[in-house]
Amino acid sequence: MLSYLLTGLLVLPLAGALFILITKDDTPGGQSNIRWIALLTTIATMLLSFVAWGRFDPANPAFQLVEDRAWLSETIRFKLGVDGFSMPFIMLTTVLMPFCIVASWVSVEKRVKEYFIAFLVLEALMVGVFAALDLVLFYLFFEAGLIPMFLIIGIWGGKRRIYASFKFFLYTLVGSLLMLVAVMAMYWNAGTTDIPTLLAHKFPQGMQTWLWLAFFASFAVKMPMWPVHTWLPDAHVEAPTAGSVILAAILLKMGGYGFIRFSIPMFPDASLYFAPFVFALSVIAIVYTSLVAMMQEDIKKLIAYSSVAHMGFVTMGLFTLTPQGIQGAMFQMVSHGIVSGALFLCVGVIYDRMHTREIAAYGGLTERMPLYATAFMVFTMANVGLPGTSGFVGEFLTLMGAFRANTWVAFIATSGVILSACYALWLFARVMFGPLQKPELKKILDLSPREVAILAPLVILTIYYGVHPAPVLDAFAASTDALLKSTQAALGAAKTAALVSH
Amino acid sequence: MYQAIVFLPLVGFLIAGLFGRILGPRPSEIVTTSLMAAAALLSWIAFFSVGFGHGGGRVQIAQWIVSGDLTVDWALRVDTLTAVMLVVVNTVSALVHLYSIGYMHEDPHRPRFFAYLSLFTFAMLMLVTADNLVQMFFGWEGVGLASYLLIGFWYQKPSAVAAAMKAFIVNRVGDFGFALGIFLVFVLTGSVAFDAIFAKIDELAGTNFLFLGKEWHALTLAGLLLFMGAMGKSAQFLLHTWLPDAMEGPTPVSALIHAATMVTAGVFMVARLSPIFEHAPVAASAVLIVGATTAFFAGTVGLVQNDIKRVIAYSTCSQLGYMFVALGAGAYGAGIFHLFTHAFFKALLFLGAGSVIHAMHHEQDIRNMGGLRSKIPVTAALFAVGTLALTGFPLTAGYFSKDAIIEASFSTHTFGNSYAFVLLLVTAGLTSFYSWRLFFVTFAGTPRWGAHAQHDDHGHAAHGHAAHGDDHAHAHDDHGHGHAHEPHESPLVMLVPLYVLGAGALVAGLAFASYFIGHNAEHFWKTAIVVKEEEHVPALVAWLPTVFMVIGFVVAYIFYIAKPYLPAQLAQSNGVLYRFLLNKWYFDELYDVIFVRPAKWLGRTLWKKGDGAIIDGLGPDGVSARVVDVTQAVVRLQTGYVYHYAFAMLIGVAALVTWYMFGGAH
Repeated sequence: MLSYLLTGLLVLPLAGALFILITKDDTPGGQSNIRWIALLTTIATMLLSFVAWGRFDPANPAFQLVEDRAWLSETIRFKLGVDGFSMPFIMLTTVLMPFCIVASWVSVEKRVKEYFIAFLVLEALMVGVFAALDLVLFYLFFEAGLIPMFLIIGIWGGKRRIYASFKFFLYTLVGSLLMLVAVMAMYWNAGTTDIPTLLAHKFPQGMQTWLWLAFFASFAVKMPMWPVHTWLPDAHVEAPTAGSVILAAILLKMGGYGFIRFSIPMFPDASLYFAPFVFALSVIAIVYTSLVAMMQEDIKKLIAYSSVAHMGFVTMGLFTLTPQGIQGAMFQMVSHGIVSGALFLCVGVIYDRMHTREIAAYGGLTERMPLYATAFMVFTMANVGLPGTSGFVGEFLTLMGAFRANTWVAFIATSGVILSACYALWLFARVMFGPLQKPELKKILDLSPREVAILAPLVILTIYYGVHPAPVLDAFAASTDALLKSTQAALGAAKTAALVSH
Repeated sequence: MYQAIVFLPLVGFLIAGLFGRILGPRPSEIVTTSLMAAAALLSWIAFFSVGFGHGGGRVQIAQWIVSGDLTVDWALRVDTLTAVMLVVVNTVSALVHLYSIGYMHEDPHRPRFFAYLSLFTFAMLMLVTADNLVQMFFGWEGVGLASYLLIGFWYQKPSAVAAAMKAFIVNRVGDFGFALGIFLVFVLTGSVAFDAIFAKIDELAGTNFLFLGKEWHALTLAGLLLFMGAMGKSAQFLLHTWLPDAMEGPTPVSALIHAATMVTAGVFMVARLSPIFEHAPVAASAVLIVGATTAFFAGTVGLVQNDIKRVIAYSTCSQLGYMFVALGAGAYGAGIFHLFTHAFFKALLFLGAGSVIHAMHHEQDIRNMGGLRSKIPVTAALFAVGTLALTGFPLTAGYFSKDAIIEASFSTHTFGNSYAFVLLLVTAGLTSFYSWRLFFVTFAGTPRWGAHAQHDDHGHAAHGHAAHGDDHAHAHDDHGHGHAHEPHESPLVMLVPLYVLGAGALVAGLAFASYFIGHNAEHFWKTAIVVKEEEHVPALVAWLPTVFMVIGFVVAYIFYIAKPYLPAQLAQSNGVLYRFLLNKWYFDELYDVIFVRPAKWLGRTLWKKGDGAIIDGLGPDGVSARVVDVTQAVVRLQTGYVYHYAFAMLIGVAALVTWYMFGGAH
């Protein structure tokens, strides 16, 4: 029996967007209606995704909830499905979306209608990326996701939004074009764009190298990896709060998802070959961006740079090809989704009040905002990777995987735990501690009930997954096993072939 | 019962932390303190049932992380070593909770303070009951967080915030080694649980491991990496710089965290991993040498400090060095015994210092004290008890444990033994000197705070109030300049903990020596640590520490009672040495030059030059600039003359034809 759950997750946000489109937004009442429609839509989508989660069997490494319809041709089909690697990201998307809507409740004043439409369309596209089981379909969602994000930054962004959005577009576009060429090449070689079939297909070794590089160009920009990371700080700084949340929490994860869905299983030889290269970029990212983060003067930029460092742990973990490395990287992505999203929400809280993100404009906020200080402290500690928060599990596992693969990599990357403490605590000290001297801060208010409602669940999730990460880790345990087995088999076959030919 | 011991403080933390503002300060204090008292009582029961009976074992609570072949549990491991730590942690914590009710009574943020104290205790208990390295790391970083929060408790004060950050970051440097050590142990043994690790130790004795391109003896490397973590947490030489600064926190915090419990976590860790260090002589030797160096170094710095808390902080640092020497020498029982006795007398000294500070209205500079004996006799008497125990006066607690360490350093065969033995002996003299100096300057002689009361206004600046006195400024104001600055004895709620600790400082050594280090040791420790046959040392060696202790006392007496002008003269004539010691061997300045500033410079350069000029310059900004150039060039090409276009077309055709001819030739 065909299931329509995944289609439902795609259609529901679009239906909400359509609803908003026909709602009038010229009155305050209309605008309020739009907000409520957006919120209810995202909550409905979230509930539907819980149903999908309930039907999903994490012990089964195969694709589940598969839907398959004819589309462009007999071979290029509209095929959806999820496995352990994609399901957590779908959940992350649908769960974070209502938070983004609530976070935009008052801060978005112009073009309210278009704003919420953009977000709902974006949600559908992001779910599509993670659910697509056809390469062309995946590519379509992957690229189309750029457009609403481009608009969100370009229209509702800050002062340098045009520069930021073009930089964002330029970087991601270059990567995407290379990927398109690779997609075509894969079709010619394998005769299909069906992802499950491609996963079983063995590409010739020489071709793997080129395909790997082309995919890498796209995913590395999305992650972003050093040295193609410079779009991220600008994009984050200019994006509205909710845009930053989505960008950090979900759009960045598409790169990691791409590696684990395509690069590693489809091009195992090339992945092994390029692993040292990825390690090098990852550890550079960890150390380099941590140092850069330390010196930032803008809160959002600092968190953006710290995101790049954390994504360094992800790429490092993935290419260790060890169970801890891959599971750690997956966990790190989920955790970073929650924590960095929450951190951007935290920045939004004070930005809404003071309309500046300059670190120097703050100081001593704890005095007036104890609740805010508590939430911010929890997320800071998660960012630092304190055991007991979700940030620790991913960092620890990826480092353990790295230690098994290469001690140099682990050694340098572990120094990141020192640097992350430096930048994160220094930020906290400068913003929250010290005497409250600035006159304009003297009347700043603590979290409103709406803001508590946004941050409290994230605090709980951060600590819950830190103490009990099993629900997340188990989701992709079977898939990791299967991935490693098939990779090992492919590599073993290649080795045997190499031996025979000698 | 073990669950209750560990989780009661967590309950206290949650109640005071979540509902403290609704409940108000007093209920928060009562709830956390009584929960702590219950935990302390249970700990003593556990201690006797495990150490003297057959209790103990392992309590599985839940699974934490399962990934591939890695399994990490939440589990409590209770053996004699854990039981000793439970007693130390919970007893001192309960007393400090009680004491804080008096000490902090003016502070508006008491619920937060008590919540932090309980959080700390919980994390420390997770550390000492850990059944595996990762859970230990959880407690390890958890106490780091609590320490950070408590040092920075008065967050309006920039120096407190800086000290808190420094403590966390320097500890992270140690944790860097700890984490790598955990990874290595896992790769070697396939597990992070202690039982599984120890079961494999014998097979690994001859194994080598390739680390950073060099072949290492695997267990030595593991020992060294893990010891790096211990060095950070226990403020050993090179990673010690955070501990003196940590004195920015409220004094009860110093007593609990920075004297009795958290800083001993490193000692606990090495003792817990004693099977590894037994098979890694080089690592054991590193422990010994670092310990001895720390003991000596901190002792010398302690000689000249003028802040009452800093003197005790350096003393703590120095005593931790003693403990590490014991561990390095293989006398694990002696090291833990010193940890145990030290907790009593050092907490006593800190809380006594707190009582002095309380009496002096937040004055911490001993140069502004003097003659306090008659004003606060109880505190003075108990402080004297603590000093006796610290200096190792016969039959007090420190006498048994410290002398055992010095003897162990004499009889051990670990490389560096004579270095350690000589330094420890000298340090015994130093300890005695600075401790009695502190006592004499504070409690004896003529009062130097009298002037204070007379011309109150500029008294503040003149007496270093600016530097230390605004130790919680608002409370100081509450306290009021209304009543005179006459020192007063502390309330009973602060004195009761002092009595209890004083009793411990007097009798804990005599009562337990035979179990920790004597003939009952094997039966007491069972399999918790490696216990070795005690070696007999010459009688002279056994007496030497006492001789040095007496010398230190006599010199201090001459300097500060008999001829009080001598110290100033000596400082004058040895200016360089004096400044070197006063500035703590210039470690802070050195680290600033070689770590802090280069890191900031590097961060800024990588940002402006690396990201800005190079990556963006060659990347997006460069590309868009080129696009603009090319477009302008193209615009210039569009001249409008037909023959220009015709010419271009011709060239193009020619090029195409040529390409086809040569390209198609093969």
